[in-house]
Amino acid sequence: MKIRIAVMIGLVLSGSMMAGHALAARSAAVGIKEFKFAPTALEIRTGTTVTWTNRDEETHTITSATGAFASAGLGNDETFAQTFTRPGTYEYFCALHPKMRATVIVK
Amino acid sequence: MDRIDRRGFLECMAWTGSALVWTSTGGVLSSRMVRPAEAAEDTAGAFSFVQISDTHIGFKGQANSDSAATLQQLLDRINALRPAPAFVLHTGDQTHGQKPGAFDTLAEMLKGVKTERIFYVPGEHDVFLDGGKEYLTRYGKGTVGEHGWQSFDYKGTHFVGLVNVLKYKGEGMGALGQDQIEWLEKDLAPLPTSTPVVVFAHVPLWAVYPQWGWVTEDAERALTSLKRFGSVTVLNGHIHQVLTKVEGNVKFHTAMSTAFPQPAPGAAPAPGPMKIPETDARRMIGVTEVKLVRGTEPLAIVDSTLG
Repeated sequence: MKIRIAVMIGLVLSGSMMAGHALAARSAAVGIKEFKFAPTALEIRTGTTVTWTNRDEETHTITSATGAFASAGLGNDETFAQTFTRPGTYEYFCALHPKMRATVIVK
Repeated sequence: MDRIDRRGFLECMAWTGSALVWTSTGGVLSSRMVRPAEAAEDTAGAFSFVQISDTHIGFKGQANSDSAATLQQLLDRINALRPAPAFVLHTGDQTHGQKPGAFDTLAEMLKGVKTERIFYVPGEHDVFLDGGKEYLTRYGKGTVGEHGWQSFDYKGTHFVGLVNVLKYKGEGMGALGQDQIEWLEKDLAPLPTSTPVVVFAHVPLWAVYPQWGWVTEDAERALTSLKRFGSVTVLNGHIHQVLTKVEGNVKFHTAMSTAFPQPAPGAAPAPGPMKIPETDARRMIGVTEVKLVRGTEPLAIVDSTLG
C-alpha cells in the first residue's frame, strides 16, 4: 500500500516538473532601450510568447512589417506580448521611429 | 474657439507692409515676456504671433511629471503678453503617443488662450497609430483637401502650414509627399517676391541631424520654390530645442517643447527625453514669440523658457 502511494506521488511530481520546464521554454523577452530593440534577432520555437518592455521614456511601438501584429504606443515600462504559433521570420519596426527594426525568427 | 472663415480673417488685415529685413534673437530671454514698454510698439501694421510646439500631453518622465501643468504655466505667460499675439501656431506633437484623452485635454486648455485663432500642423505622435485619422477629424477641416496642410495671409505676410509626418516611413525622416509639394508650388506662384513668407511644419525642413530622423527627406523641391522670396522664415519643432540656420534669404528656427528637452544632435545615444531633474528641465522648455515691426526694422524671434 505505502509503496503504491509513493510511486503515485513520484509520478505526479515529475509530471509537474516537466510542465514547468516546458513553460520556461515558451516565453522570451525583448527590451527596448535607447531607441533599439535588444536582441535585434530573436530566435524562438513555435508556441513561444514574446514580451517586449519599453525602457525608454519615449513612446515606441512593435509593428509587424506585414501587418501580422501591432502594439499600441508603449510608454515607459509598458509591455506588449505576442505568441508566435507559426514558423517564419517576422520583421517588425517602431511606427514612430521606423529606423528601429528587428526580427523574430520562429522555428 | 469661434472659427473665423478665411475670407473674414483676410478682410481684417488691411495693412500692406513693406519688405522686411530679418534678424533673430535666440537664446534665453525670460524677462522679455511682460514689459509695459511693449504696448508702445503696437503701431499700425505691427503684430506678433506665438509658436508653441511639442506639448506632449500624456508625457510623464524624469524631466517633467506633469506636461499639462508646464504647458498651462506657459499659456499663462502668453496671456500676459501686451499686445496679445494675433494668433498662435502649434507645430505638432500635441499628444504623447496619441494617449486617450490627450487631444481633448489640449483642446480644452487652448480655449483659454487670448488670441484670435490657433493654427495646427501634426507631429508624428499625433498620427502614428491611425495614419492621422483622429488628428484630421479634429483639425483637417479648412485645410487643403482636409489633408492638414494650409496657407493664409496676415497683414501682408503669407503663412504656410505643412504636414511632414504622414508619409513618415522608410528611413524615419519627415516627408512632404508629391501632392503637397505640387500644391505648395501653386500656392506660392502668384505671390510677389517681396511678400514675406513664414512656413511652419513639425519636422525640420533642413538637415539638422539625419541619423536621428531630424530632416525632411523631400524638402529640397519645397525649399527651391521658396528661394525667390526676399524673406522666408521656417518654423519647426520636433527636436525640443532651439536651433537656427540661415541660408540666403531663408531663416530656419526650431522651437523648444513645452514638456521636455531633448539632447543636442549626437550628444546622447538616442534622441529621447533628457533624463534630468525637473528644475533643470524648466530652463530648457518654453515658447517662441515672433514680432513683426513695421518698416525695415528686424523681425524678432524671441524664445522664452519657463524657468
